[in-house]
Amino acid sequence: MIGQAKPDGYTPAPNLPQSGAWLRGLREAALVRFQAMGLPQRRDEYWRYTDPTRLTVAQAATVSGAGAGAGAGGVVSAAFDAAQALQLVFTDGVFDGAASSPDLALDGVEIDHLAEACAHDLHWARDIYGQLETNGQTPVARPLAAWNTAMAAQGVLIRVRAAVLRPIQIVYQGTDMQADLILHHCIRLEEGAQLTLLETGCSGARSNHVLEVDLGDRAQFHHLRLQGEDAVAARVTHIFAQLGCDSHMRSFTLSADGALIRNEAVIEMLGADASAHIAGAALGKGRVHHDDTIFVTHGAPNCESRQVFKKVLRDGAVGVFQGKILVRPVAQKTDGYQISQALLLDDDAQFLAKPELEIYADDVKCSHGSTTGALDETALFYLRSRGVGLVQAQALLVLAFLAEVLEEIEDRDLAALVQTQLEMWLDRQQTL
Amino acid sequence: MLEIKNLHVKLEEEDKVILRGVDLKIGAGEVHAIMGPNGSGKSTTSYVLAGRDGYEVTDGTVLLDGEDLLAMEPEERAAAGVFLAFQYPVEIPGVGNMTFLRTALNAQRKARGEPEMSAGDFLKLVREKAKTLKIDADMLKRPVNVGFSGGEKKRNEILQMAILEPKLCILDETDSGLDVDAMKLVSEGVNALRDAGRSFLVITHYQRLLDHIKPDVVHIMAHGRIIKTGGPELALEVENNGYADLLAEVAG
Repeated sequence: MIGQAKPDGYTPAPNLPQSGAWLRGLREAALVRFQAMGLPQRRDEYWRYTDPTRLTVAQAATVSGAGAGAGAGGVVSAAFDAAQALQLVFTDGVFDGAASSPDLALDGVEIDHLAEACAHDLHWARDIYGQLETNGQTPVARPLAAWNTAMAAQGVLIRVRAAVLRPIQIVYQGTDMQADLILHHCIRLEEGAQLTLLETGCSGARSNHVLEVDLGDRAQFHHLRLQGEDAVAARVTHIFAQLGCDSHMRSFTLSADGALIRNEAVIEMLGADASAHIAGAALGKGRVHHDDTIFVTHGAPNCESRQVFKKVLRDGAVGVFQGKILVRPVAQKTDGYQISQALLLDDDAQFLAKPELEIYADDVKCSHGSTTGALDETALFYLRSRGVGLVQAQALLVLAFLAEVLEEIEDRDLAALVQTQLEMWLDRQQTL
Repeated sequence: MLEIKNLHVKLEEEDKVILRGVDLKIGAGEVHAIMGPNGSGKSTTSYVLAGRDGYEVTDGTVLLDGEDLLAMEPEERAAAGVFLAFQYPVEIPGVGNMTFLRTALNAQRKARGEPEMSAGDFLKLVREKAKTLKIDADMLKRPVNVGFSGGEKKRNEILQMAILEPKLCILDETDSGLDVDAMKLVSEGVNALRDAGRSFLVITHYQRLLDHIKPDVVHIMAHGRIIKTGGPELALEVENNGYADLLAEVAG
């Protein structure tokens, strides 16, 4: 629907970034998709719980607002320093070679920058860039991702041909809290390849990230993301992934505070025996809105998927979970699982959940559940009766609530780093 | 040590009076037992001493070594030396038993201005105490009380008591759900803690437990009051004749 109110930043006929032959057509097609879909509206089925205007309309600068500024409330970018990852740094949305690891070479890995690769006439990413996004537009339109494909001038293109042990970390940082940032990353894991990708930090007033991941047969992709930190920005992220035979994807996101975060993941298992586990922990206090919208498609037999999301909310924070498992007729022996749980620490917080199953095969196992609750008063008294102070007792129970979702992180060292972030967040809550 | 005077308690949420003037004085090193029929106010007494929400003290005082216990938060009471062994120990999924024990011990030490115990010393302490209560390493690793049998839960209570070394131990029907062997084990754990500086308030339905944990004083509670106080023989009398005679005696 074009012709509606024209928000800042989004114009019906923008100037697309300069691109070589392989990319130009992909951008033009994406723009056509975007124009056909129009911006998301509150009346759209998957935007009922999250107001899209905070993403699509530039907000008046509120940097002086309570708790504004990076690092004031959320997770810190240094969280994964112990992992000694190869770092790719984006400062204010632009690749920053000086701030990145000095040597970007890693055996079995090709790293290109979209800003440079786009000038070429041919690139391996032509089979991925905007293609997985296109596949992910049905049955649910994701116009902000199409806009991203059309407009992104920055991002990384990573092709992996080996089992790489050292993680690659993409760091977002910046000082311009007014900027609109668009980043688009493509990752291709060839047959049997392995990669751990970390993403940390944030920048800009509004950011729009797309990550497209193509997993070859028997590939293994681990993705760990820490986001939040600032109290004023609005972010939308999309992960589009397609999985080959016996390939495995694990994605975990910790969202701590922040203003508005909408994380969409669109995962399709195309080869038999694949597995995809998408998990997230969200911690929100105050004027915080965290939305996880997950769409997992079983498109081949004998695949397994898990969606595990836990949110701890207080003081007006809102959590949203929309999760779907779609099982195509061919996907016999599917094992699908989905759970979303919220812990509301006071009466002001709110959790909105929409679990969905759509099953067209007859020999499948799918389950889903969603719960909302407060801290267990009996457990709280038990802890206090042993001398544990109220705040510490609450923190122990919150960590206990989140323990299950941390189990989703297979690398126990990385899980311990995430746990440290959670503990630091709880420490900062003077009184829960 | 503990001095309860004219304690009146009602439920906060509804107009139901539970305690109607309880008077009780426990000296240092003494073991007192409270027996009484269901609904007489025994468990309420233990919860009010430990500071559980949901009860309103309408009259009376409780002093622990001269300090106003009722003015304290539950964690302050614990640091002051009060320990309640729960009738139904609470399961806390996701919190490891060891983490729980160490957090509790160090929180109490901190509240008393003492240094935290080192991880090594703590481990040694827990292993030693756990061994005498026949608590194995697996029980220490598991989340607090999750998947524990009734007997394991009660032994875990006594383990906490042994580690926290309270001044006043309140045992709320610790014998419920225990078989003979478990009762013996738990009682031995309690007896090992008997000390000139430590007092016990043992709440029970049955004389059986008092064969193992020998009380100095036995109180009979009914209708929210202590109606009779005597020596260990009082417990035997209840065991043989039930409460009916005692209740009639008081009513008459």
